[in-house]
Amino acid sequence: MRLRRVDLVAALVTLLLAWLVVYPILIVAGEASNGAAIHAFLSRPGEWAALWASVWISLVSVILAAAIGIPLAFLFEWFDFPGRKTLGALIALPVVLPPLVGVIAFLFLYGESGFIARAIQAALHLDNAPWRLQGAAAILLVHAYSMYVYFYLFMRAGLAKLDVSMLEAAQALGADRRTTLWRVIVPLLRPSLIGAAILTFMTALGSFSAPYIFGGGFRVMTTQIVATKLNGDRPLAMVETVALAVVAIAGLLILRRTEGDDILVALGKGIAPRPRPIRRTGVRWLATGAGWGLAVLLLLPHLTLILVSLVPYGAWTTEILPPVINLENYRRLFSEAERLRPMWNSFWMAGVSTLLAVALAIVGGWLVVRRRVAWRRAIEGLLALPWALPGTVFAIALATTFSVRAPLALRFVLVGTVVLLPLAYLVRALPLTGRGILASYRQLDPALEEAAASLGAGRWRTFARVTLPQLRPGLAAGASLAFVAGLGDIVASIVLYTFETRPVSIEILSSLRLDETGVAAAFGVVLMLVSAIVLSVGARR
Amino acid sequence: MTPPSTAFLQVQAIEKRWSDGVVIGPITLDIARGEILALLGPSGSGKTTMLRLLAGFEGADGGRIAVADEDVTSVPPARRRFGMVFQHYALFPHLDVGDNVGFGLAGSRERGAVATKIAQALTLVDLAGFERRKVHELSGGQQQRVALARALAPEPRVLLLDEPLSNLDPALRERTRHELRAVIKRVDITTVFVTHEQEEAFDLGDRIAVLNQGRLEQAGTPDELYERPANLFVATFVGRANVFHGAAAKALGGAATRNGVVVVRPERLRFGHAGVPGIVRERRYTGAAAFFVVEGDDHERFEVLAEPDAAQVGERVYVEATRVIAW
Repeated sequence: MRLRRVDLVAALVTLLLAWLVVYPILIVAGEASNGAAIHAFLSRPGEWAALWASVWISLVSVILAAAIGIPLAFLFEWFDFPGRKTLGALIALPVVLPPLVGVIAFLFLYGESGFIARAIQAALHLDNAPWRLQGAAAILLVHAYSMYVYFYLFMRAGLAKLDVSMLEAAQALGADRRTTLWRVIVPLLRPSLIGAAILTFMTALGSFSAPYIFGGGFRVMTTQIVATKLNGDRPLAMVETVALAVVAIAGLLILRRTEGDDILVALGKGIAPRPRPIRRTGVRWLATGAGWGLAVLLLLPHLTLILVSLVPYGAWTTEILPPVINLENYRRLFSEAERLRPMWNSFWMAGVSTLLAVALAIVGGWLVVRRRVAWRRAIEGLLALPWALPGTVFAIALATTFSVRAPLALRFVLVGTVVLLPLAYLVRALPLTGRGILASYRQLDPALEEAAASLGAGRWRTFARVTLPQLRPGLAAGASLAFVAGLGDIVASIVLYTFETRPVSIEILSSLRLDETGVAAAFGVVLMLVSAIVLSVGARR
Repeated sequence: MTPPSTAFLQVQAIEKRWSDGVVIGPITLDIARGEILALLGPSGSGKTTMLRLLAGFEGADGGRIAVADEDVTSVPPARRRFGMVFQHYALFPHLDVGDNVGFGLAGSRERGAVATKIAQALTLVDLAGFERRKVHELSGGQQQRVALARALAPEPRVLLLDEPLSNLDPALRERTRHELRAVIKRVDITTVFVTHEQEEAFDLGDRIAVLNQGRLEQAGTPDELYERPANLFVATFVGRANVFHGAAAKALGGAATRNGVVVVRPERLRFGHAGVPGIVRERRYTGAAAFFVVEGDDHERFEVLAEPDAAQVGERVYVEATRVIAW
């Protein structure tokens, strides 16, 4: 058969993706097969403890997130009470806090010198802070706060697709509420549940900020890898990276097996039950009060961040509330060159990597969905793969692969250049843009493009006027997630940054180290606002 | 060199071989200027592939397509100037009605002229003033007319329609059929459309090409297909048909047939005193007449269309033919 041009493009795209996504991992695996390092890894109890900590922290995070997110989803989807709409939107707000920003907000709020601790200390006239926010409990608190949203959103989407006639059918067949719940609702919602569980598990396993800030002596694998690398024990860092990758893939495979097909999708769209008003006055007030109380609790980190960002350096020592409030920190943020630089870095690196990830996903989607090339499974798999591995793994893999000059092996020295960090953001962005754009491409009726062609539109006009507008929802969703992830990234940045490319997250860490809490918080507020705007633009239909 | 022909759209031995072994064609068809040709066939017969070959969405593996003696076989769809109405209309959901209709006009004329063209096309399908409507606000019938206006606006050389009425509810279908034919005849455009419904093909088409398993079985006017089908497939696919074998075939006067098979339309059968014996098993009353299901002595069942009181269920009858189809 004649070699078509599209096959050539497909081969090139596959190779490029493999070079970005698989090759660095293979290099790490190769370097990890080092007898001494493996022996060191296996014989040190600290390594095993960190690995085990990663696993159990992730599992408990799933349980906590489910315990908060699932009841909330039922409450907001099935019951009506004053303020339901507003609260339902507010409750997803932890999403707009990039991981590191959420963590520092918690530090300012619940840390030993945070608001709550100060208030209690003052109220009870204690000599010391009533607690220290440290160790596994602190990490789990942050995880539960930031990850219940996955369960909440997945379950609400699942419940919205649930056909009310199926519940009525169960009742007509004599099932009581409990039977209906366990025999009908739970099985139908299983894909949503497992989907949220996988997302939570993978996020918790890759989580870096919370263990890094709150861990203290308590190490999980991500912080362990970075510490080992900083100590210069490169072979051991390779082994640790491979160990974390293996745990991630094993976890993903085990959870996937329980997923099953999305039967709700197969059955088509049903009519969701209408939210029922809560009739008993007492219960209604209780639900409403609890709902608003919860909203305040969820918004406290955001508010804290804003408040701290308004307090100038050194003005706040022992008072419960800050004595001085002004915009000094923001003025410094936007006028001091060494503070503007990281801001600019984060924006351009997140922007460029998102653009490239979108472009690659569009070409990939075209090859996979429209041209159905022979390599389509490989392309789709490569686009999704970075999602299955924690960011630390990729950061270490890229740092290792691109610190050697071997052009024939496609390895170049990129460490220390401005290219490497955006490249890492790009790899991490691929699954986000890939998933959104492939899903939109699959829903795009090929007849639309044919209609444009039959009306005389050439390839580019068809793409610009018909294909691109139709891909827009998935593209915007994927791109906004990718941009926000890059903007707030700490995991890859802490391994790969140089002075030239230091991003906001690194600047936040160094501000904290210098006790410049106000500046750190101001950076956090900027990231939070930009994330909120970008995500709300991306979510618009 | 091909000799000049009276046909406007020429399909010569066109062929498509799918990778799974399915072969469409070779098919040869001549379509006159202004003619409406129906491609009729069961699903999987290759009629949609034929249409997509004409539109240029599929590349031919053999043969030739020509319009007005210009070979367009390898001309891409964008430069073929064939208008197409898609089965699900394929209206661009992000554009309003006017921008949909104007899509094929862009670049060729200045804006005022484009607006006039859009208005003309919409007036043609009785949707004048609908320019700024959203596509999803329209009813199914209106969407179908917008799709037609969009296809006609750039003044294509040939109009192609893929199952143009299959998305409408039955009540609307018949009326739309007549409107569609009226618009096409007013524009006087050479048209090819695909359908799997015989009634639609008869009503809308000047001529019908019957396809089966990738082959062209027969092309002709509705009368020709009904009265003089080329073979057993066409006879049974187009219109109701009773197929008789063996003794029954002989009894109906098909003694001279090659394969011993005789086809008779239900209205060409009548109850008499000689012919094929059988027992009336069912009677379906339709108002003006009734269908009688008769079980012959060889246990083959067949239908007779007759006066409502021509026979009773359970009655023993003889059936004779006034006209038989045989090969």
